[in-house]
Amino acid sequence: MSINRRQFLRRAGVVTALGLGGSFVINGISGKKDVVAASEYAPSTQGLKANHWAMVVDMSKFKTEDDFKRVIESCVSIHNIPDFGNPKDEIKWIWEDDYEHTFSGGDNEYLTEDFKKLPFMIMCNHCENPPCVKACPTGATFKRPDGIVDMDFHRCIGCRFCMGACPFGARSFNYRDPRPFIKKIDTDYPTRTPGVVEKCIFCVERLADGLMPACVEASKGGLIFGDLDDPNSEVRKIISTQYTVRRKTELGTQPSVYYLVGGGDHA
Amino acid sequence: MLEKALTGGKKYWAWIIFLLVVIAVGFMAYLRQYNYGLGLTGMSRDVSWGLYIAQFTFLVGVAASAVMLVTPYYLHDFKKFGKMVILGEFLAIAAVIMCILFIFVDVGQPMRILNVLLYPQLHSVMFYDMCVLCGYLVINLVVGWTTLAAERKGTPPPKWVKPIIYLSIPWAFSIHTVTAFLYSGLPGRHFWLAAIMAARFLASAFAAGPSLLIILCLIVRKVSKFDPDPPGVGAIQSLVKIIRYAMIANVFFYVCEVFTAFYSNIPDEMAAFKYVFVGLDGHTSLVPFMWTSAILAFVGIFLLVFPTRKNKVLLPIALLAIFFANWIDKGVVLIIAGFVPNSFDRVTEYFPTSNEISIVLGVYAIGFLIVTILYKVAISVREEKAQ
Amino acid sequence: MYKGGRIIASLIIFVAFLTLPFFFNLGKANAGPDLPTYASSSDSQCVEPAAYMKANHMQLLLKWRDSDVRDGNSVYINSQGKSFDISLETCVQCHTTQATKNTVGVNNPALNTSDQFCVSCHNYASVKPTCWNCHSGPEGATK
Repeated sequence: MSINRRQFLRRAGVVTALGLGGSFVINGISGKKDVVAASEYAPSTQGLKANHWAMVVDMSKFKTEDDFKRVIESCVSIHNIPDFGNPKDEIKWIWEDDYEHTFSGGDNEYLTEDFKKLPFMIMCNHCENPPCVKACPTGATFKRPDGIVDMDFHRCIGCRFCMGACPFGARSFNYRDPRPFIKKIDTDYPTRTPGVVEKCIFCVERLADGLMPACVEASKGGLIFGDLDDPNSEVRKIISTQYTVRRKTELGTQPSVYYLVGGGDHA
Repeated sequence: MLEKALTGGKKYWAWIIFLLVVIAVGFMAYLRQYNYGLGLTGMSRDVSWGLYIAQFTFLVGVAASAVMLVTPYYLHDFKKFGKMVILGEFLAIAAVIMCILFIFVDVGQPMRILNVLLYPQLHSVMFYDMCVLCGYLVINLVVGWTTLAAERKGTPPPKWVKPIIYLSIPWAFSIHTVTAFLYSGLPGRHFWLAAIMAARFLASAFAAGPSLLIILCLIVRKVSKFDPDPPGVGAIQSLVKIIRYAMIANVFFYVCEVFTAFYSNIPDEMAAFKYVFVGLDGHTSLVPFMWTSAILAFVGIFLLVFPTRKNKVLLPIALLAIFFANWIDKGVVLIIAGFVPNSFDRVTEYFPTSNEISIVLGVYAIGFLIVTILYKVAISVREEKAQ
Repeated sequence: MYKGGRIIASLIIFVAFLTLPFFFNLGKANAGPDLPTYASSSDSQCVEPAAYMKANHMQLLLKWRDSDVRDGNSVYINSQGKSFDISLETCVQCHTTQATKNTVGVNNPALNTSDQFCVSCHNYASVKPTCWNCHSGPEGATK
């Protein structure tokens, strides 16, 4: 009873396949006994809730350089955002840029230089139709039921498709290990591992603790945060009664960040 | 059959060792990148995709181009391509493997790459791209290997491969279409946001891929006793016609895009074209590349339209011109210029680092190694039959 | 068999190499992981019974992670109906030793010192947890 090489390989293959397949089947039938029957998961009771979180940036409240710095610093310090000192590796969650570049495309040539250089506060727009979420191949970036476009740093594979998809340049990639470049690590929030994308998440971790986003607290009324679906919320009142603008509305992503220009006397 | 790749002359082994050295250098470069992060590349917050994704895009086209041999041969019973079709399929295998490797070296967290399968997102084009690429690899492995094995035994290929061969035809179109959809569906990237993108991708692929294949065939003819296009058959000249029309279509599609951008006069539409042809805000790093590509494209078309295409010296020059015109267009310019200007109408330029280039060369060397081994097997089988 | 002698000899050498570690450790007692004595609080019950935690803490942590990050459910109600805040700090509040007051990120006790809770077992099992690459170590719990 001699077998040739081809038969041997075939039989070996069948045995291997049976073994592997069998183990899968047995595991599948027996199931994993990891469930403790009575355990449950619930949202925290003191958390802030909304149907559609949105932000109004009242530009009249941002007068001095310090107004911007204070707000940006409040975010940088609690989210362990590194400072690499170069624009190539730069990580930004909230930052300032001028009118001309923020609302690019809509400028008229007779605008004074002063107006063109008017600084604006910029962050992730938490779009209603986020292109980044559509692009993400793993669900690492996803839209929560309350409208916030969140990041799961554990799942991100770092393909940067979301960075290509975002029309607002809101996303940053960890091109290198951020830890050595963080001024002081805040132990309440994780740092990131090299190779993942990050962005503003409207402070979901603070909302869960019943706190407003850090930038909102630091802005002294310059940033107004609330539920767009609630007709009595401050954001809704401002947006429905005063002139606000959003970035690149023609793309249909429906940003949730509104800029109140020339306002100031809101409720 | 694989054992045939283990016997060869001095030149064969010198070539293999050369490739292995390049692969080793690329691998060391990758280890450095793996430890440090993608900061070792020239990519930045503004230009977040670079050479890796550009090579991926270009090579998907090379892989898809095998269909330009498979369709005439199997579907239209165009016998001239009989000896070349296997070389096209083997080239596709190497190209798809290179595509997968370029994606792999591009991701920031390679150890998590299986998340794409563990948490499939049906709304992400990348998920579909992964499916069609892996499927295409399997199809070509199965088809190429079984048809060659049958040929070795002197029997017709088994009946069950026929449906798979037919499947490979729409599948080849799908891989490049889906790859084009990666880009053409993104709002806010005006250089990519064009309905003609998929068509343009296919046209450029069907010009560049077969050009490379003919060059490989000419090399095979030189280094072995096997002639993929024996005298009197005219397979190469038939393929040249396909290349010529594909390249003309490609240029035509490109002109369509330029027309739409500049006649409509929409600033966002024009910006990237200005950047690549004349420079934007004083940034001109891609301008020489783009003009080289444009000139090569016209030189290539010119040489292939006129009887110069039958000239033994001018034909390879024309094919190289077309190949590099497309390589520059898709493998360098298209991806980088898509990020210029950035979302804030600013120009950030991208320059690949030497480490990044080493990795690119390493992946190409892996591709060439696969092509060499597969072609060696195919050639050996053919030489064996000829005796 | 064609070249039978060589094949069999090679096989024997191969098997010998493969089994070397087993013979090397043959007859030696296995000390087991060096479990730490950690400062446990008065109600020393973990979020779930110790036996369950020993076998399933990794699955539980993964579930915690997805629940908190993806579903926004940051409270875990265990099989006894007791609620816990979903956070690694909940773990290290108990599972920490006095030796762990170090600077986070620079000399992370969860990674480096052997008397720390995670490392003691994980070093033994040669499984490197990646949690502390991003999350701050037990220092947060001492606040």
